[in-house]
Amino acid sequence: MKYVCRRVLAGLVTMLMVSFLTFSAFSLISGDTATAMLGTTATPERLAALRAELGLDRPLPVRYGEWLRDCLRGDLGVSTSYRQPVQELLAPKIRLTLCLSLMSFLLITAVSIPLGVWSAGLRRLEGARTALNQLGMAVPPFFTGILLSWVFGVGLKWFTPGQFPDAGQDLAGAAAYLLFAAVSLSVPRIAMTVRMLRSTVQEELGKDYVRTAIARGNDRGQVLRRHVLKNALSPVITFLAQTMAELVAGSIVVEQVFVIPGLGRMLVTSISNRDYPVVQAIVVILAFWVVLAGTAADLINQRIDPRLRLGGAA
Amino acid sequence: MLEIRDLHVKFHSRNREAVAGVSLSIREGEIVGLVGESGSGKSVTAMSVAGLLPRKQCAYSGEIFLDGAELLHADRGTLRKIQGRDIGVVFQEPMSALDPLMKIGPQVEEVLRVHTKLGREERRRRAMEAMAAAELPEAETVYEKYPHQLSGGMLQRAMIAAAVIASPKLLLLDEPTTALDVTIQAQIQELLKKLNRESGVSMLFISHDLNVVRKLCGRVAVMQRGLLVEEGEAQEVFRHPRHPYTRRLIAAIPTRERKEAEP
Amino acid sequence: MKRRNWFLVAGLLLTGLLAALLLLGLFWTPYDPNAMAAGPKFDPPSLSHWMGTDNFGRDIFSRVLKGAGATASIALATLAIGAACGCLTGALTGYFGGPVDELLMRLNDALTAFPSILLALVVISVLEPGKKANVILALGVVFIPSFARVSRTAFASLRDVNYIKSARLMGASGARILGVHMLPNTAPVLLPALTIGFNNAVLAEASMSFLGIGVTPPDASLGYMLSEAQGMLFAAPWYAGGTGLVIVWMVFGVGLIGEGLRRRDKGAL
Repeated sequence: MKYVCRRVLAGLVTMLMVSFLTFSAFSLISGDTATAMLGTTATPERLAALRAELGLDRPLPVRYGEWLRDCLRGDLGVSTSYRQPVQELLAPKIRLTLCLSLMSFLLITAVSIPLGVWSAGLRRLEGARTALNQLGMAVPPFFTGILLSWVFGVGLKWFTPGQFPDAGQDLAGAAAYLLFAAVSLSVPRIAMTVRMLRSTVQEELGKDYVRTAIARGNDRGQVLRRHVLKNALSPVITFLAQTMAELVAGSIVVEQVFVIPGLGRMLVTSISNRDYPVVQAIVVILAFWVVLAGTAADLINQRIDPRLRLGGAA
Repeated sequence: MLEIRDLHVKFHSRNREAVAGVSLSIREGEIVGLVGESGSGKSVTAMSVAGLLPRKQCAYSGEIFLDGAELLHADRGTLRKIQGRDIGVVFQEPMSALDPLMKIGPQVEEVLRVHTKLGREERRRRAMEAMAAAELPEAETVYEKYPHQLSGGMLQRAMIAAAVIASPKLLLLDEPTTALDVTIQAQIQELLKKLNRESGVSMLFISHDLNVVRKLCGRVAVMQRGLLVEEGEAQEVFRHPRHPYTRRLIAAIPTRERKEAEP
Repeated sequence: MKRRNWFLVAGLLLTGLLAALLLLGLFWTPYDPNAMAAGPKFDPPSLSHWMGTDNFGRDIFSRVLKGAGATASIALATLAIGAACGCLTGALTGYFGGPVDELLMRLNDALTAFPSILLALVVISVLEPGKKANVILALGVVFIPSFARVSRTAFASLRDVNYIKSARLMGASGARILGVHMLPNTAPVLLPALTIGFNNAVLAEASMSFLGIGVTPPDASLGYMLSEAQGMLFAAPWYAGGTGLVIVWMVFGVGLIGEGLRRRDKGAL
């Protein structure tokens, strides 16, 4: 219990640090939101008035404190280019990106865990499998995405590339469309996960307790199920948490390929528009996601491995 | 009861044979010591008996019989039925030989889970008995502990309990006391003697320490570079070592002990 | 038991061939990559246009050569910044240890948890998107933490090795110990890390350019070209195919080299 509290606290501190860094970075470079909003032709008086209205004339920590307070209340500021509250703007997009990431996360775990465990025990064609694995890691998701659009969109006409069906009207269509995006997002990550799983399981198979288990008359499957998998799990969980974080970031690119109106596209558009409140909010949301995944992984590992329960993290 | 006939083992990665023609037999209720320095092939011999040779990585020939059943060339399925039930193994490092993420109790009773259809309660009862036989104090608490929560001596007792739970015919002890403190070593040796006396289980005790072997074993076999160079009654071997290598091994024992050994 | 390291051989061959093509592309390309109507519009791959032509009739093979050159050079520059700064920090903190080490590694842990593309996007939006130098800087900065971590581990593990201790006793200076005694021995760890770093840099650069916030014309890189190609997927699928395959080729080749290096060092142990 103590460990849980400490880990959650550590996560919160990281969140605060990250949000503060993001906030100050964007405050520094956004230079002057007021100028951006009114244009360079605005009179100094109007600029000063707007700055005061936006609260830009006060010191950074104060503004951070207020921003944080507003965030906690669910108020993420106002988009400079859409002139709309950021949270309203982002809410539907978060859902979409989350769907995409979860879909591809499920795909990755479903494919790579059996594949990794299976390939760990295999000696034949080891070189060819490693080469295939390297190839998988070499294919960028946006290229896979383009290939998929070409084959299934342009060629087979299973979907129309670039036209994301409205989930309200065509739920199945939207899900199918997302699935293609999820597949292209998953390919390199599957390769990485298989590779990591394979080496972890192999490492565990070489350990003494495996010999003990064999000496007790367990067959291969029992050794794997009863002993090896549990021991190999915790590095894998850490890796999967990292995957979860990478997926959300990776969806930035894939959303662009498939023209899915999610968080990633919004981020790219906002960077181009220099719409800093939006960029900042998205970065903080993604950071929150990363920290959440990491914390969850640590907590799960601590449940699995009793050795972590004694001395805490360290 | 156990009979090894002309065992040869050669690992593909080495040039020399690890075991180059060893024949050894163990009678019922006997404790045989297998002595030699590291690399002499004593562990490989024991692993061959336990069915733990990495078969794909070595070439092997000869025969190993346990009560008439051949082990060396037996297929995995046959071997599996013998492992744990008829042959128990205790390794050198109890900490790494036990699964770090499994409680002691389930590991002690694992052999029963593999080889019998006993229910959970019955297995637990038998585990308690085995742990008591291995003189583990507070078996109830230890049952629920993880390996990292116990001392090396306790863990080795748990390993022994796990090895004898199904009343095997043969116990293979691969340097079971080497990694432990001297006082604990003596306790474990006493425990092994007691188990042998009470249940009549045969033991193959592997060690590089002649002293330990002399106190524990009725018969001693000495290995050097894959060959069995000397074999005989323990006291006899110590009093009149025939092979120069055995003499050197005895000479390496600290003096006071050697004087005791000499008439 | 000396077996040929096929990964290393294949990787070096693939990468060497590509590198030769890219070097050639610096001086000579079959057509002017930006010349409109070097051939007919949307011409499929043929002997005169190996990868076909695009909507303006530009020769795609020539464009890909230039673009791949840009991608590779950005990746190398990124790698240089990331590896140099990262290894230096890692070496110093790993060797000397202390509270600074502790602090930096905590910061590092926090940073490496974040996907590199996300960090790069933040940095690039803080700088200014679209400029080559900024892209290099952003990516370079982003790659520092991972290199720092890898090299810190490598150097810290060598700190208490006997020959380092004896070098210290003989009065060798810190710089000498780090440079002469330790650096060569960290190569088995650092070299594969460099190949991974290069691949990550290529993929990150391509992603950013694909998103339109990396390098933009006239400095077009493979990523930007791929986003351009996506628009003509219907009329000229070979544009996307050729461009994408070159990225895969580049990353695959270097990946194989990395795998080969790891195997060589494992075999040597």
